[in-house]
Amino acid sequence: MRPILRLLDGELRERIISEGRDLVCNLGVEIHNQRAVSLLVDHGARFDAARGRVFLTQESIDTALASAAGSFTLYDSHGDDAVHLGGDAVNFVPGSSAIAILDSATGESRSPTSADYVRYARLCSAMRHIASQSTAMVPSDVHERISDSYRLYLSLMTCEKPVITGTFSSEAFAIMRDLLVTIRGSREALAGKPLAVFTCCPLSPLKWSDVTSQNLLDCAAHSIPVEIVPMPLAGFTAPVTLVGTLVQHTAEALSGLVMSQLANPGTPVLYGGSSAVFDVRYETTPMGDVGTMMIACACNEIGKALGLPTQAYIGLSDAKLLDAQAGLESSMGATLAALSGINSISGPGMLDFESCFSLEKLVLDNEICGMTGRLVDGVVAKEDFPSRRRFEELLAEQHLLISDHTRRYLREEIYFPGPTINRANLARWAEEGSSTLGARAAAEVVRLLGEYEPTRLDHDTRQELKARMERAAAAHGMDRLPVIE
Amino acid sequence: MKLLEELAQSLERGDSQAAADSTRGAIELGLPAQRILDDGLIAGMAVVGRRFKAHEIFLPDVLLAAKAMYAGLALLKPLMIEQAVATQGKVVIGTVQGDLHDIGKNLVGIMLEGAGFEVLDLGTDVAPETFVDTAVREGARIIGLSALLTTTMPVMRKVVEAVEKRGLRPEIRVIVGGAPLSAAYAAEIGASAYCFDGISAVETVREMLGVER
Ligand code: B12
Repeated sequence: MRPILRLLDGELRERIISEGRDLVCNLGVEIHNQRAVSLLVDHGARFDAARGRVFLTQESIDTALASAAGSFTLYDSHGDDAVHLGGDAVNFVPGSSAIAILDSATGESRSPTSADYVRYARLCSAMRHIASQSTAMVPSDVHERISDSYRLYLSLMTCEKPVITGTFSSEAFAIMRDLLVTIRGSREALAGKPLAVFTCCPLSPLKWSDVTSQNLLDCAAHSIPVEIVPMPLAGFTAPVTLVGTLVQHTAEALSGLVMSQLANPGTPVLYGGSSAVFDVRYETTPMGDVGTMMIACACNEIGKALGLPTQAYIGLSDAKLLDAQAGLESSMGATLAALSGINSISGPGMLDFESCFSLEKLVLDNEICGMTGRLVDGVVAKEDFPSRRRFEELLAEQHLLISDHTRRYLREEIYFPGPTINRANLARWAEEGSSTLGARAAAEVVRLLGEYEPTRLDHDTRQELKARMERAAAAHGMDRLPVIE
Repeated sequence: MKLLEELAQSLERGDSQAAADSTRGAIELGLPAQRILDDGLIAGMAVVGRRFKAHEIFLPDVLLAAKAMYAGLALLKPLMIEQAVATQGKVVIGTVQGDLHDIGKNLVGIMLEGAGFEVLDLGTDVAPETFVDTAVREGARIIGLSALLTTTMPVMRKVVEAVEKRGLRPEIRVIVGGAPLSAAYAAEIGASAYCFDGISAVETVREMLGVER
């Protein structure tokens, strides 16, 4: 049996969905994009121009739910299938778009550079339990107008895993799309084998900006998958109760789903979220809060009930350093998320309310992800019955260390973490240098970077990606891209 | 004066009805508007601000107090105009061009208003010139800029440059905030201050405008 966590009973879940639907149909959604509004109106929505609100119809929601894919697959840059999004499949992806990097040499957070980004992407290739990469940081040594497309460029050049990404402006979309098409060879090939997911965030409450609606339509036009990531903040821009926030979240996500599906039925959509409670003491949006995690898990149940694959920001921490708070918040979130069956879990590597990325934390989180993988594999009988014969063997040999059964199932049954997690006895740990977790993680980062293998992108593709990026940079007065060893 | 103390306390309790009643009482007693403002409304909000900073009370308590203050202020306004009582000063705030994050900016606005400043909130995605034009038109001496994206924080430099180019420094000062900002970045672009939250914004603005308390 696959262990499953459930927070909502069927009745409550259906009520939340119907209340969410009621909001989009009868309270309306504010949409600041003419094309999106026209599209909705053409499909029966009512537009109140004075208030700028669009009132969807129940039918359009049903149509969108019927056309959206119940599951889809992401393929790596080599074209191999890499990530299945659907059912209760669990996949992890590093948190996105950090403003800063925690520099392990100084213990301080600072602006990330292109070199940091490349180190991250190389490390990401080595993360066995993290299936996708994300555009995890925003390099500060290129013009800000290309910083969204440039990080996708670095990711594609460095790591083969599928990419969770997003734009900061409407103009970046075309560049990013062209980078992806360059890898696949054509728009059709990209649509057939998706390589990236774009994050689109509505504004709470019940509002879509021009940029984000445009991004949603642009992705739909190319069948590029999107994750719709509402961020109602409980007690601030949403009701303080988890149920109230879930109603709002449902409404915001459904409005995005309808826009995307009307624009191009069948566009792959992840039912996502990054809702949080609002900490009124510190004016912050804690991702390590248990209520925040409960919202993420409950949203997954709602998304699944609607027949959609899911995403959530969970398994990250608000700690500023790689300390015990970082470990406890990340592992609690990752565990709950995996037990819930969230399909794409965005979080590993992230600290400080999604602001700061740490390579050492990525390595630690990779272990957490590995452990949750074992957890969801569950308790399964493997040649265990009838039992008497095995116990006869045990009584005869006094141990089962080299029994056939042990050798067959050892690595399946017991998850062995990497060197970041210390399992030596005290004396051995002392003899080996009394290392801290931080030191072990830092050493592991160095070791894994030393083992990095370049991607299998061919020479021509690399050259074309570079040429495209250089042209985009030149348009903003940069005559060359930062040089990375 | 007991009535003004009661007025201040009504703000601490977030009791709008009591704040309105006490303000009305003070006006009927013929107290000068300046005194009702300073020793009643602003004194009450100062206590609220101190307790918030000390983590004794939370944000919603501050917002309730601010709401109570407005209940009093609404009654006092006509008298203030009649007696030519100056407000503590005006602050123009907004989120810079290309950026739609407004939660932090809104909170800062609420805290500044609660501390007795007049806040002109230009919303999100605001062009550099609009900040400067508004400050000049309204006679505001402080412009508060918010940015949450590393891609939009360079717009702040443009606002500082626009202030400079129009020869408005040092009369108009620019203060900045938002997750990607830092004191070092503020200094680099020539902004007058960086603030990491609403309370520090209030303290900074008070200091800049020479407001006591
Ligand atoms: C909530 C949120 C959103 C909401 C915003 C809702 C709204 N109405 O504001 C939504 C979902 C819409 C959103 C959208 C996006 N977001 Co956003 N968002 C956040 C999040 C999680 C919290 C921000 C917040 O409100 N915090 C709570 C408030 C109270 O804190 P605050 O803003 O810092 O403000 C305080 C202080 O900074 C200071 N302050 C702030 N302003 C000012 C101004 C002055 C004058 C002063 C004195 C002080 C001051 O005082 C405030 C009160 O304490 C941050 C994460 C983070 N670490 O900040 C990401 C974050 C800022 N977002 C991010 C991104 C990438 C985006 C998107 C581009 C995503 C996408 N692809 O669609 C879009 C941007 C669209 C656009 N063009 O603006 C990134 C930025 C990355 C980067 N390197 O720049 C972050 C860091 C998250 C991440 N890692 O991905 N986002």
